[in-house]
Amino acid sequence: MKLFPVRGGIHPEYRKDRTSECAVVAMPMPRILYLPLQQHIGAPAEPVVQEGDLVKKGQLLARGQGVVSAPTHAPTSGRIGAIDRVTAPHPSGLPQLTIVLEADGRDEWGELAAPIADPFAAEPADIKARVAASGIVGLGGATFPSAVKLNLGTQHKLQILLLNGAECEPYLTCDDRVMREYAGEVIDGARIMAHALGTPRIVVGIESNKPQALEAMTKAASAFGNIAVVGVPVQYPMGSERHLCQAITGLETPARKLTADLGVVVHNVATARAVHHAVRFGRPLISRVVTVTGGAMADGRNVEVAIGTMVSELVAFCGGLREAPRRIVSGGPMMGAPLPSLEVPVVKGTSGVLALTAAETNDAPAGPCIRCGSCVTICPCGLSPVEMAPFIRKDNFEAAAGLGVMDCVSCGSCSYVCPSHIPLVHYFNYAKGSLNAADRDRRQQERIKTLAEAHNLRLEKAAEAKRQAAAAKKAQTESQATTP
Amino acid sequence: MFDLGPVYQSVGSLAAMGAALGAMLGAAAKFLAVEENPLELELAGLLPGSQCGQCGFVGCNQYAAALAKNEAPVTACAPGGKDVAEKLAKKLGVTADLSDHEDKGPRRAVIDEDLCIGCLRCVQECSTDAIVGAPKQMHTVLADNCHGCAKCFKVCPTEAIAMCKVPVTLGTWHWHKPAPALLH
Amino acid sequence: MHDLVLLIVAAALVNNVILARFLGLCSFMGVTTKLDTAVGMGMACTFVITVSAVGDWALQRYLLEPYHLDYLRTVTFILVIAAAVQFTEMVIRKVSPALFQTLGIYLPLITTNCAVLGVCLLLVEGKMGLVDSTIFAFASSIGYSLVMCLFAGLRERIALADVPRLFAGPPIGFITASLLALAFMGFSGMGAN
Repeated sequence: MKLFPVRGGIHPEYRKDRTSECAVVAMPMPRILYLPLQQHIGAPAEPVVQEGDLVKKGQLLARGQGVVSAPTHAPTSGRIGAIDRVTAPHPSGLPQLTIVLEADGRDEWGELAAPIADPFAAEPADIKARVAASGIVGLGGATFPSAVKLNLGTQHKLQILLLNGAECEPYLTCDDRVMREYAGEVIDGARIMAHALGTPRIVVGIESNKPQALEAMTKAASAFGNIAVVGVPVQYPMGSERHLCQAITGLETPARKLTADLGVVVHNVATARAVHHAVRFGRPLISRVVTVTGGAMADGRNVEVAIGTMVSELVAFCGGLREAPRRIVSGGPMMGAPLPSLEVPVVKGTSGVLALTAAETNDAPAGPCIRCGSCVTICPCGLSPVEMAPFIRKDNFEAAAGLGVMDCVSCGSCSYVCPSHIPLVHYFNYAKGSLNAADRDRRQQERIKTLAEAHNLRLEKAAEAKRQAAAAKKAQTESQATTP
Repeated sequence: MFDLGPVYQSVGSLAAMGAALGAMLGAAAKFLAVEENPLELELAGLLPGSQCGQCGFVGCNQYAAALAKNEAPVTACAPGGKDVAEKLAKKLGVTADLSDHEDKGPRRAVIDEDLCIGCLRCVQECSTDAIVGAPKQMHTVLADNCHGCAKCFKVCPTEAIAMCKVPVTLGTWHWHKPAPALLH
Repeated sequence: MHDLVLLIVAAALVNNVILARFLGLCSFMGVTTKLDTAVGMGMACTFVITVSAVGDWALQRYLLEPYHLDYLRTVTFILVIAAAVQFTEMVIRKVSPALFQTLGIYLPLITTNCAVLGVCLLLVEGKMGLVDSTIFAFASSIGYSLVMCLFAGLRERIALADVPRLFAGPPIGFITASLLALAFMGFSGMGAN
């Protein structure tokens, strides 16, 4: 299949050999699970259980709110210990509402939804409903509710379901192992999603540094005529959906638009596997494969872990730390989020836990910009970090927005390549956050203005009514006085 | 006696020039007259309109009038916050020093339920109708509609209202600015 | 035609009002912090210089020379320039209130801008005809506007850089201006045969 070049990007040391040959091991169920109500993009879920309730494995614990949301299910049977604020697996270290589930050790399944016997004869709406009810979100790390993404078939004309098996981040091998060990499940899930979306073709994009995964997926897909398994060039960020789409179709997704506008919908391979489980067996999303590695880890593993497991317990299961880590990262080293500590839960979007040593992190102080232009050459989105960063340094966010900072995908290639170690992507995250905050402020001010005007209007009306009542009463008393 | 001719010539010509140019300018002034400065109205339109008085002026219109005459700083509106200060600065074409604005931050009224006696005074004062309550019933502030004008704070007889800083949530948190570069 | 081109090039570039003759430096440093104000100022000055040049040429030819009132030259020229500036102010206020606000005090200061008076006095020195004088004045003001815009662009970039605290603002501006003047020295000798 013809592939197209993607601009920019970097070729870091991938360091995947430590875990790429480790088969997925299942972690024994921990005693306590912490399930945040928001593990996805969109509105947080609303709990349907209370403290003290006894729940079974797979039971609904929290319902999705609104269109863009996802439910949460119990990964094991047990008792709801509390619904409390627990530190979120988020760089801010802020707490969020979390359901604390105390396992009873029996791990009994509750009543599951009936498996859909023939998904390809079922209505796409039924499949979407099943995916929504199973709490499936984008397992590549973005955690966008998959059912909403499956609905794009009704709004756009779609040609290709593109399965993202690129896994371009260094250290991570979870998708690699899922493709090698569960290729059949992934392909089945993909076919079900393609049916729900109405796409005639399926393309699986796998970076060519994963030959065994390519082989396994090609074999699993060979039985079906409309699935192409393609080896894409090894380039970060090939796993970004816009760039993978460009590599496969040659079309660049316009800014602020979706790949669906080009007729392509991208889903992660692990998401496809979750859809397979939900549709064929009625099982909701309650576990995922996580790569645990890093220089500070004694051992590197790929673990199938229950969602809600404390990261500290996961790390202990993998052999523990051999030295104090400089930084703990959830996800990959380029775009992952630094964790405040190990006492945070594994959530749906945790693709990896990295315990990085000082040698593996770069805290060198930034030097002055020498205007070498490497960042411009390297930016996969075609932006100009060398021009945007000085504006952001002077807090001139409007000028930065004019240069396109909102179109930055925060891949981190610019920071990686800068010879002066300037934390460029951090400036852009700061700018994006500030612009969003300013937007929120503006909308709030408009609301307040409307409310204040309504308040004044109400007072005026009340005063007017009072005046009229007084005038009427006066007229009445006058007429009473004149007519004896 | 020296010749007064040149004196008359110079004075005369200057006077004539002055008169001619003056007349021309006078005519041009009438022809190119600009109406009443609409700046004041536009500035008033940018303010929240709650007439809370935290800026030091009686109401939003008075503050706008002072701004139009450049007699007031753009950062005086506390409920408006950074957003309004920036908009005012842009309209007036000045650069506002917003560096110390972070300290004040937006504030929201919170009613301490133990101290509230249900007197309805804050409900009547609230400029955006953000407080719900009935006589002798608990009053509460709808946080989303409150913008911190503090009018309720001033009238509460039991000091049950506190102006609290808006806490950062997971939804509003964002990365801070990286440390500046070291120049070797 | 050849002479005309030479006149324009000489007035705009070779003997540039700001960088070769060093006139009008207060507006040069004052309004060039932003490109928009520099462009606005350039346009305002072009209008003022051209109109004043015509007025002053006529004044010189029909009043000062015949009546031997050369000693009144400076005063009368300033009178005409002041009237032209007032008129320009009124026009700008009507057409673009935003530009009027941003130029602020620098608009009436065009009256004392030595570039304007300088060009008018140079006209007289050159003893050119009306057409040549007008073209000379217009070309000089184009040169003025050009350098204003160039410098504004430079200063906007410098504002983003890590300038040492003591040099920030006018000091680094002057250093840059002198470098720009050195660059414009490259035009000297252009057109000489």
